[in-house]
Amino acid sequence: MEWLRAEQWPVYIVGIGIGVLSWLAFLLSDHPLGCSTAFARTSGMIEKLFKGSKVEEKIYFKKFAPVITWEGMLVLGIVIGAFISAKISGRFQFCWVPARWQAMIGAAPWFRWLTALTGGVIMGFGARWAGGCTSGHGISGTLQLAVSSWLATICFFLGGVITAMLIARIFSV
Amino acid sequence: MLRAIHSNKNLQLLLGLLIGILFGFLLHKGGVTKYDVIIGQLLLEDFTVVKIMLSAVVTGMIGVYCLRSIGLAQLHIKPGSLGQDLTGGLIFGVGFAILGYCPGTLAGAVGRGALDALFGGIPGTLIGAWLFASAYPKLEKGILARGYFGELTLPTLLKLNSWAVIVIVCAVIIVILFAIEKAGL
Repeated sequence: MEWLRAEQWPVYIVGIGIGVLSWLAFLLSDHPLGCSTAFARTSGMIEKLFKGSKVEEKIYFKKFAPVITWEGMLVLGIVIGAFISAKISGRFQFCWVPARWQAMIGAAPWFRWLTALTGGVIMGFGARWAGGCTSGHGISGTLQLAVSSWLATICFFLGGVITAMLIARIFSV
Repeated sequence: MLRAIHSNKNLQLLLGLLIGILFGFLLHKGGVTKYDVIIGQLLLEDFTVVKIMLSAVVTGMIGVYCLRSIGLAQLHIKPGSLGQDLTGGLIFGVGFAILGYCPGTLAGAVGRGALDALFGGIPGTLIGAWLFASAYPKLEKGILARGYFGELTLPTLLKLNSWAVIVIVCAVIIVILFAIEKAGL
């Protein structure tokens, strides 16, 4: 079982594995793999804590009810699965600032936190605007040959590459 | 049988969790729960993310369309519009590069102990999704409806048989992967 403890698997094994998981999701759950809907539903659940059930009347939450569904469990499962893999390969470690970030931008945790928060807001907003993320559109949608998903995925990377290059340029001066 | 499985709510929650655990395990084993790997992809230095995504797409496409042709699965095509996909996609990309994780790998990063993901990325993504939900009534009939094309698929667009498109798309993806490997990326 040494392979289970390996820090990393060959990338194509991982890719094929995720492809096979998508078969299971379609077969057993009649559901494509996707993550960002769970964030929208959870944000509604949090709003409900403050404002009560009138939140369910918001147009968007009528489409995506603020309750725990298959997608929410999927995202929770991802946290657990990554934790198991990290733990058994001895790679679990609390860390505020990623190594590359530290080398490129700096070691201050507050700045990394603020940037991650800001990036998260923009990404969460964009994911719901586009109707999916790198898994819902990028893998599940493209594999179904959906035009919407191919367009969105190309734009994810277009926007991502341009922004990353700008960030690298700004901080390398 | 499948219909009974699909309509059993508690079983579905459990299946979602189990599939998620496998997904998270694979994402971690692929290295894509790391900021460094994702930003390396967006800086076009390290093609791990693209390799994993494209090999998942080829595998998934063949399997899901096979399941569909024997009646064991149905497609769930997301309807789209230019205003939705181009604009939303670019906004997502900007956030993706600033954060350095996407929603799925963000959850995976939390699992390996990344505190920037847990305390920054997760609340940020929740706030962003909530802001969109709140802005939705204003966007729905405006920009989101621009250039609406609905549940369009490549076979319908190209007026080709699904399997012909699958063969073409798989061939193109495999050529791209070979080119990436050849370039040593």
